Amino acid sequence: MDRSALRDAPWVVAAGIIVMFAAPLILNFYTLTLLVIYGMLALSLGLIWGFGGILCFGQAAFYGLGAYAYAISAANIGESTVPMLLAIAIPFVFAFLLGAMMFYGRLTDVYMGVITLVVTLIFFRFMNTTAGPEYQIGQARLGGYNGIPGYQTLNVPGDASAYIWDESLYYTCFVILLVVYVLVRLLLASPFGRIAVAIRENENRVELMGYDARLRKSVLFAIGGGIAGLAGALYASWAEIVTPGLFSLGQSAEIIIWCIVGGLGTLVGPVLGAAVLGYLKFALGQQTAVDNVLVMGLILVVVVLVLPRGVVPSLISAFRHSSRRREPGGRRRRGPRGVRADG
Amino acid sequence: MADVVLETRNLTMRFGGVTAVDNVNFKLRRGELRCLIGPNGAGKTTFFRCLTGILKPTHGEVFIDDVETTGWDPQYVARMGIGIKTQVPSVMDGLSVRENIWLSAYRLSGAREADRIAAEVIERLGLGDIARSTVGRLAHGERQRVELGIVVAARPWLVLLDEPAAGMTGEEVERMVDIIHEINRDAALIIVEHDMQFIRSIAAQITVFSQGAVLMEDTVEAVMSDQRVRDVYLGKRG
Ligand SMILES: Nc1ncnc2c1ncn2[C@@H]1O[C@H](COP(=O)(O)OP(=O)(O)O)[C@@H](O)[C@H]1O
Ligand SMILES: [Mg+2]
Repeated sequence: MDRSALRDAPWVVAAGIIVMFAAPLILNFYTLTLLVIYGMLALSLGLIWGFGGILCFGQAAFYGLGAYAYAISAANIGESTVPMLLAIAIPFVFAFLLGAMMFYGRLTDVYMGVITLVVTLIFFRFMNTTAGPEYQIGQARLGGYNGIPGYQTLNVPGDASAYIWDESLYYTCFVILLVVYVLVRLLLASPFGRIAVAIRENENRVELMGYDARLRKSVLFAIGGGIAGLAGALYASWAEIVTPGLFSLGQSAEIIIWCIVGGLGTLVGPVLGAAVLGYLKFALGQQTAVDNVLVMGLILVVVVLVLPRGVVPSLISAFRHSSRRREPGGRRRRGPRGVRADG
Repeated sequence: MADVVLETRNLTMRFGGVTAVDNVNFKLRRGELRCLIGPNGAGKTTFFRCLTGILKPTHGEVFIDDVETTGWDPQYVARMGIGIKTQVPSVMDGLSVRENIWLSAYRLSGAREADRIAAEVIERLGLGDIARSTVGRLAHGERQRVELGIVVAARPWLVLLDEPAAGMTGEEVERMVDIIHEINRDAALIIVEHDMQFIRSIAAQITVFSQGAVLMEDTVEAVMSDQRVRDVYLGKRG
């Protein structure tokens, strides 16, 4: 465990708690909950892309899979604890198998992008064709493009009648996000996490050191899939309906944009990127003067041109730069921290 | 452990029409220190890559410690106890010097022992001042030493060094000679090097490569006074 890599984590959590209580002063719980869920989805891609170097165009596949796994099992079981766990486990296993296939097949980045994209498309198309009555899993009818409504939403574990919704759903999602954040930071500070970053930096060298890079990438990819699935389950609870739109290419593209704008190589960046852009999309959606796709595209282009590393990493280095100059003698006690700047 | 720790039989590597390694039969004994020389393009780097599994040879076999490892993936070859410093430094640029070395020690030794090994290797290679620096920001010679640190931290018993002194200052080269002798106490070594001064100072048995094949194998003196070797280096045979 590399403790120095975790130095800033308590501050991030503290800031997160402040935001958690302050945000409802500005926005309603319903909107905020969705932004938090988007944040978790972005974090899942930020982990595998920013730290594992794995660009996945199909993070929405795991998100949608988690949402459907939750909806189908909740409709059958009627209590949300097991469905929540399934919504993590199923995308985890699916991502592991998909990842293993790609990594052991030594696919290059481009082909990996294509495959993850195609997998998402297949889910999208398939789910759209499930309108007929033959597509029924226990109590749950898949419902094609109409989706699955009317399942048990999140409840206090063990008490199916104690629904967690609105205000309490918001706080629950936010706390889960903070817990996931802390767990991911611990993971990244552990040898597993450091080796994952080493693979991103130089996979050949890591293999020459005798590590099984392909297995490790598959596991990291699976963890990202599990987190996306968790976000999907929370979405299912929030929306009270799941539809094939979860698997859309638009959704996948948005996750990537959140990460790029927020900043790769950090976890906070993608989360903030998702929350801010998610809000903007919501706000723009309420008017018709400007097209919101256009605005999103514009933001992406501007950030890529002006702050190619993303907003949060640029802020971090700007801050470091100014605090360094203020230090007497201009010399810092520590060397550059490189990728430790993982916020 | 076998007396011959590395052997190749008719090892051949072709890239399309180019035969980079041509029917090489090579043997290295336990504890031996061997230099590999030959002009640019002679196939030395390709030979190393075939040994470590980075490339799968077109033809022929590789035996390490009497185990046939032909076609194995690098991770499995590495686990036999082999370390390689590649020609272009292969390091993790975004990580610190210490972390580069620590991760290499960690696989076999676990976290606590890796802390100790990393500290010792950093000290031994004179990397103390830059231990916390990000490797991507270092000079070429420093990166070479970091890679050497990665190699020795894994405690290999067979070490391949591809041009370890390239781009180093005179002082760094001297230190490199010492380090090589130190490594040689526990491990057999093959070193690719051009610099004759350097080769003399490590006084090893020499294998000369030319056009992918072994031209001759002898002592430093014999090799240097050989007319064929001179011709090769003067470019008459490439
Ligand atoms: N990956 C490759 N693809 C095609 N040709 C290669 C490749 N690697 C090396 N070669 C060719 O093989 C020959 C030997 O190269 P190399 O092993 O790098 O020689 P050396 O290390 O002795 O300078 C050269 O002609 C080189 O152009
Ligand atoms: Mg070479």
